[in-house]
Amino acid sequence: MIAAPNSARSNPLAALWWVPRGIVFGLMAFFIFGPLFNLLLWTVAEKWYFPYSLPLEYGFSSWAKVFAPRGGAMQSLTNSLIVALLTVVASLALAIPAGYALARLKLPLRGLILLAFLIPQAFPNLTVYVNIARIFYEIRLNGTIAGVVLVHVSHGLVYAVWIATAAFSAIDAELEQAARNLGAGAFRAFLDVTLPLAAPGLMASAIFVFLESLDEFTGSYFVGAPDVNMLPLLLYTTAAGGNYQIASITALLLLVPSLVFMLIVERFLKADVLSRVGH
Amino acid sequence: MSRRLLGLLLVLPALAVIAFLFILPLIMSAVGAFQVEGAFGWGNFTKTFDLYTKDIIFTVVIVSLSTVLIGIASVAIGGYLTLGEHPVAVAILRWLYRWPMFIPFIVVGQILRTFLAKNGMMNNTFINLGLLTPLDAVSFLDWRGIVIAFVWKQTPFVALLVAGAMASINRDTIEAARNLGASRLRLLVEIVVPQVAMTLTVGLILSFVTMMSVLSVPLMINAQSPTMLTADIAFRVNSYGDYGVANALGLISLVLASSVAWIYLRASLKERA
Repeated sequence: MIAAPNSARSNPLAALWWVPRGIVFGLMAFFIFGPLFNLLLWTVAEKWYFPYSLPLEYGFSSWAKVFAPRGGAMQSLTNSLIVALLTVVASLALAIPAGYALARLKLPLRGLILLAFLIPQAFPNLTVYVNIARIFYEIRLNGTIAGVVLVHVSHGLVYAVWIATAAFSAIDAELEQAARNLGAGAFRAFLDVTLPLAAPGLMASAIFVFLESLDEFTGSYFVGAPDVNMLPLLLYTTAAGGNYQIASITALLLLVPSLVFMLIVERFLKADVLSRVGH
Repeated sequence: MSRRLLGLLLVLPALAVIAFLFILPLIMSAVGAFQVEGAFGWGNFTKTFDLYTKDIIFTVVIVSLSTVLIGIASVAIGGYLTLGEHPVAVAILRWLYRWPMFIPFIVVGQILRTFLAKNGMMNNTFINLGLLTPLDAVSFLDWRGIVIAFVWKQTPFVALLVAGAMASINRDTIEAARNLGASRLRLLVEIVVPQVAMTLTVGLILSFVTMMSVLSVPLMINAQSPTMLTADIAFRVNSYGDYGVANALGLISLVLASSVAWIYLRASLKERA
């Protein structure tokens, strides 16, 4: 992949570099888009079995099933979106003050605190969720939206806090100091100067948290099911049941927001913030 | 109020969430790992090592191999984006590499399951191109499928971090070395990668621990033995209600993951010193 032209300027053979480039990019495209294309085919395949490389009949009957009022997919979709949005709001409310403190204020054991947020990502969640479900059952949070949101917040905080910390430390501290010197209070200076400057980074962390929540499967299963149905759970049960059409449509519903965010994330996550993540 | 106290107060709510929703259940599961029918003992671990030693090794090998492949691929992608001289080729790669980044793991499992199967789209394409005969087609839905799924999904994330860090490097050193005639591979290995080592490490650690925790990919792609510890834990709980062995397996994964996190902590302390 490193192979590329050394003297593209005036060398007539420079065009030949498109041969290795074309092969590498072509293979990458095949492995990235092949599976996605396969998924799209499954969503409109009426009949498709071995040994045929392509579906024998196309149609939208599975779509009608998914979006039927009693199909269950609409309810899963609504639940997933509500949970993801609430998770973002709660995570940012926790991560903005924490990220500011980690970036700007002298904290004892700063490295350890940063690492603490990594813990939920560092442990196979399954056993933890089993035990959370036991606690939540006692305090009647099991099978509620709030319970699922809490689990997702604990899981997404590492993105929220680490990226928020990076976003705040990428901002020149003197700007805030200047506002203070002009007579603004500490909170005012934060609200009017630092927060707007950090907004793109915070937006990026919100995106990460949103997608992490949408993606989350294990926690929703133990804490949410069967009262709160979510899209990943629907995907798993239909795929396990061998219904590739419904599973693929559900997968597509989860895919679309992911791809949209992928296309816009670099607008929010600039290099100066990225290079500070985890520092 | 002192800045220190204020700082702690601001961090506290977020830390409290981690403490009550993660550390506490984690302690409950760690205690549970040593509980055999109400008494404390090593019984769960004896049983775990009897039944699952192969799966523990399998998990470590798979996740380590995936991490290495992700590291190589993301350095290659980031390096080409930073050092590539042909703007069109760089633009194509920049557009191409990010697609799988935010695709949920469970979706990755589903789409690769149909893509990598014996009569899936990958083998069908190779057969139609004449590169493979139908008799030679094999299913990749074993350890290779899991590695492919992990690399497929995690490389863009690490590459994004690495490429961002590479873009903020001072270009002067690169130009200086280039003027001295250094090849681009040497530029990448000796000048660019050392300067982004910290970001690369962070990205790879996040990927490592993520892969250690993913249940959906092994369930969707390869749930037969040997499989990954997450699938074993789910099986232990769902089929036997055996929380003791499940908690012991969880504790073993924690030790594996935290040994990697320890590398990060040591590196970051050294950098600050």
